[in-house]
This record gives sequence, C-alpha cells and structure tokens, in this order.
Amino acid sequence: MSDRLDAGSGSLLGRLRDRLEGPNTIGGSAVFWVGFAVAVAALIAYPQTTDPYTVIQSSRYLALAFLALSLCFIWGYAGVLSFGQVAFFGVAAYAFGVIGINLSSATGVVAATVGAVVAGTLAAALLGYFMFYGGVRDTYVTIMTLVVALVLNTFMAQTAGSEWAVGEAQLGGFNGMTNIPSLTLGLGETGLVLEGNLFYYALLFTLLATYLGLRVLLNSSFGMTMVAVREDEARTATFGYNVPFVKLVVFTIGGALAAVGGVFYASWGNYIDPSVFGIAFAALPVVWVSVGGRESLLGAIGATLAIERMRTGLSSGIGPIGSEWALVIVGGLLLGVILYLPAGVVPTLDDLVDELRTRRTERSQSTTTTEESPE
Amino acid sequence: MSAPEDINVRQKPAVAATGGGRSTMLATKQLTKNFGGLTAVDSVDFSVAEGEIRCLIGPNGAGKSTLLELITGQLDPSDGDIYFDGEDLTGLDTHKRIDTGISVKFQSPHVYENLTVEENLRVPLQRTDRDVERVLAETLDRIALAEKAETGASELSHGEKQRLEIGMAVTLEPKLMLLDEPVAGMSVDETDDVADLIRSLHDDGMTFVVVEHDMEFVRRISEQVTVLNQGKIFRQGPIEEIEADEDVRRIYLGENA
Repeated sequence: MSDRLDAGSGSLLGRLRDRLEGPNTIGGSAVFWVGFAVAVAALIAYPQTTDPYTVIQSSRYLALAFLALSLCFIWGYAGVLSFGQVAFFGVAAYAFGVIGINLSSATGVVAATVGAVVAGTLAAALLGYFMFYGGVRDTYVTIMTLVVALVLNTFMAQTAGSEWAVGEAQLGGFNGMTNIPSLTLGLGETGLVLEGNLFYYALLFTLLATYLGLRVLLNSSFGMTMVAVREDEARTATFGYNVPFVKLVVFTIGGALAAVGGVFYASWGNYIDPSVFGIAFAALPVVWVSVGGRESLLGAIGATLAIERMRTGLSSGIGPIGSEWALVIVGGLLLGVILYLPAGVVPTLDDLVDELRTRRTERSQSTTTTEESPE
Repeated sequence: MSAPEDINVRQKPAVAATGGGRSTMLATKQLTKNFGGLTAVDSVDFSVAEGEIRCLIGPNGAGKSTLLELITGQLDPSDGDIYFDGEDLTGLDTHKRIDTGISVKFQSPHVYENLTVEENLRVPLQRTDRDVERVLAETLDRIALAEKAETGASELSHGEKQRLEIGMAVTLEPKLMLLDEPVAGMSVDETDDVADLIRSLHDDGMTFVVVEHDMEFVRRISEQVTVLNQGKIFRQGPIEEIEADEDVRRIYLGENA
C-alpha cells in the first residue's frame, strides 16, 4: 500500500495512476511500473537485436495478443466464456481482405481497416444481442459462440469456386484469400506501408494503448459493474443494473478487440483462410487466457507471446519431439495450469508477491518490537 | 416521506391492515403463480401503506418468498397485477422495478464474495447520483462494518453478511424495502442489531415488507402482520391479534408454541 501513497496526490502522474490502478487490475506499485517500462523498452529495442524474420514472427504473436485481450476482457471480468472470439477475428480479417483488395489505394486500405473493425464489432453486437436478450447464459454461451465459429469455418471452406467472389476478391474456399494488402497509413493512391519493423512498432504501440485503455476502463465504475455481473447476475439486477445490456456492451467491446487483431493478422500474412474459424485455433485464446490468468490483461498478453513463441519453436521439432507434438504440449500446459494454478500464472505470482511483502513487513515490525523491548 | 411513526402506531386501536389513512404504496391484485400443478401464490390481494413495517409470516411453502420474487420481477406471475406507487409493474424487468424505488434482500446472503465490503457497497452506490464517498462512510457506520471496509466479504460472519446486504440495498434509497428472513441463523445480539437498523431506517421514512419466522423479532419491529398459508392470505392484522388467533396458532405458531 505504501507504494500507492503518491497516487491521487493531484499531480498529473498521480491522477493518471488513479485512473490506471484499482482492485480490478494487477500491478499498481512503483516497482510494477518500473518493470513495465523496462519490459516495454525491451520490446521496443527487440527488432534492433534480432533478424528481420524473427521480427515478422513476433509481429504475429502481438496480433494474436489482441485476441487474448478480447477473451480476457469478457471472460475474466464479465464471466462470459466465449469459445468463438476467433469468429470476430476472422470476420474482420476477411472483411479487411475483401475491402482492401477491391480498393487497393492507401485510402482504400484505411477504409478496409475501419470497415473490418466495424464488421467484426457488429458481428459481436448482433450475436451478443440475440444471446443475452434471449436469456442464453453460462456454458450455453460457450457452446453457441463455438458453433458460430464452426459454422463460419464450414461456410468459408466451401467458397472455392470462382462464383464466390466479392468484386475482385476471391474468397478462395479452403485455400484462403490471397493478395490481401498490407496495413497502410495515409490518404490517396499511396501511403506509408507498414511492413517489417514499422508493422511491428505499429502493433506494439496499438497493443500498449489498448492495454492501458482497458486498464482505465476496468478500474472505472463500468469495470466494477462488469465484475458485479460476473460475480452474481441476479443480485446485480436487483441493484437496478440492466444485466443483458451490460453483457452486450462488454461482448461488443470484446468483438472490437478481436477484430483489431484480425485486421493485423490478415495484413501480416497478406492472407487469410477458414482455419481461423476452426476448432484448433478457437481453442488457443482459451489456453492463452487460462494460462496467463483470466483476471490479468498482462497475463493474457504474456501467455500469448510465450505460448506462440513456443509453438513456433516446436514447429520444426526439438530433438526427438516432432512438430506434431506442439498442440499436445499446449494442451498439457492447459491441463497443468487448470490443476495446479487455477487462477493462472500471473495472478498466482501476484498473490505470491503480496504474501512475501506482508511477511517481510511483519518480520520488520517484529524485529522493531524486539529491539524496543528491554529484554 | 411520512413522519416517524415509532411506538405510537402500535398503541393505536386495531386498524385495517393497510395502515389506516396512509396512502397505499404497494398493492397486488389477484396475484397468482403456478409452478406446474402447484399454486404457490393464489389470487393474493396484498397491500402495504407508505411508512409501514409489514411482516409476512406463514409456514414453510406458504408462498412468502415467491410473493417477494413476483414483486421484484425475479418471477413472472401466472396471473394478476402488481402496483407500486400507482404504477403497474407487471411485466417490467427487475432492473426497471428497482428504479421505481424498490430494494430487496434475498433469503440466502447474496453478497459479492470476492469483493471487499467497501466494493460491495460501491456496486449499488455508483449507480445513484449520491455523493459516493459520504454515503459510503455513513452506510459503513450504520451497518457497523466501518472497521471491516477493506475485508473480503467471504471472510464476514453470517450476521455481518446480512447487515452488509441490507446496507447495499439501503444505498439505493428505496421507498420500499423487501427483506426475506433478515435474521435467519443469527445470534441474539446480531438479531438486535438488525432490528435496530430496521427501526432507524423506518424512522427515516422507509417502508418495509419483511418475511420472518422469528416471532420475537416480528414483535420488535412490526405493527401489522400478514399470514400466508398455502399461497393465500390467511389472516391480516395487528401482531397482538394475530398471535391471539387460534387458527393462526394451529397452522403456524403451533410448531413453536
């Protein structure tokens, strides 16, 4: 608690920390923010220390981190376990492809970015409206979101024929959609194309801004409402909260986060295929968030980066372990965490730090008393 | 808000259960709830006047809790209407009924176990336009949990949880408060605390409907008692009359008399 003394002191920094910190997010001490700044600095310096190929690989992990944040936000804080966040990710990726291919100018790509995020967000709002106002709850939400993703998977997989085209964009069926433009900033025919290190930095700063924005949101009164809904829906309604509406807003924001990830993902590989709607991919966000910690945005991001890095490492096999073991190992990790660290890695670490600190304070207090006592 | 009533009311001659000349705050008309073949609430005309503390008693399964759940909209009635302050509540969502000025505390404690006492109070409070920090301090004081503001709700005793829940409901400044067994499972001291809390809120003008089994407690807080039996209103009147009524003793009080 002593670390927080300067928070709320009226200084700009104090006011900022007041908005960023609260019971709903992990990490509020000065030590935390120093560590956070060091980690961000390391991520900024990272491209200078490694080869371009690794930077491109890392960009993929950062794009997926949005998907993790999306699930962490709705599941960890509002108790809505969606197994189909990939649906909004994929809808946005396809929408980005369709609009971007048809309007290939810089303005067109910017329009594609906005249009794709809107498409993914609207898809979430629509599904959320029918689920939450239709009284669908708990595991049925999980099942229904997964089914939506799988239906999209089946549908997109059969769009191979040339009749499945939107303007110049061929949906491509199982083989996917190719020639998706890279993210571009600017208006007119040409703009600043975000590739290589630029793409990495664009992603990193968007992710950083999103993380801090979500922290502010979660520590606001809306965040408190989300937690109340997660803890006890019926009770929260008896305080006058419109619970279906709260869940719809949360689910829509979650859809928007997933959609941002989808846009980055599609422009990362200039390619998207129906496997983004498949069950193997749909399971990954659940694994990342479970391992990192449902109630930790940072845990979700960290676990995504770590697990995806590990999967890349395993894809070429390590010694006798072939690439086919990658998903088995990820599955084993999920089981291990559920059995031994049910809250996830980061919340468990946070508890541990808290406990050590309390113990140290107690010890220092007891030494003070011993010194003071005449014996 | 009506003037504090306190003990004078109880010394008045027996009046109609609606509480004499005071205006009706809550009224149900022919309210009915069927669960399959069972009629839990059967054509009930129940009304409460502004400023009352009305106790609802009756044997287990009499339909007391169901009646409260119909009033708050947790359950939809099979038939009949509910009026509050002249407004027809029937068919409204729970959250809209709360906004008309009703608060409720359910039978089993329903605090947010994973939040602290203070956070629990903030959840209802942040919706109102009241001065959050001031009301927070007042409420913590009123429910005697100021020293446990930072304590996790899961670590509270049963009695403390019940007080916290009443405190949460009170922060909304309801006109009508529905309490389902507020002292069930409490020690004598804890029961006294809750009785004092209810009387002091009543002095501030709050109207109560309290479902309770503990007749000692009912005697302490209530003026008018409604007896439910098998989903119907069996008797209604001042506590002394109800306790003296042979039929009521037979169906209900007989168990503990």
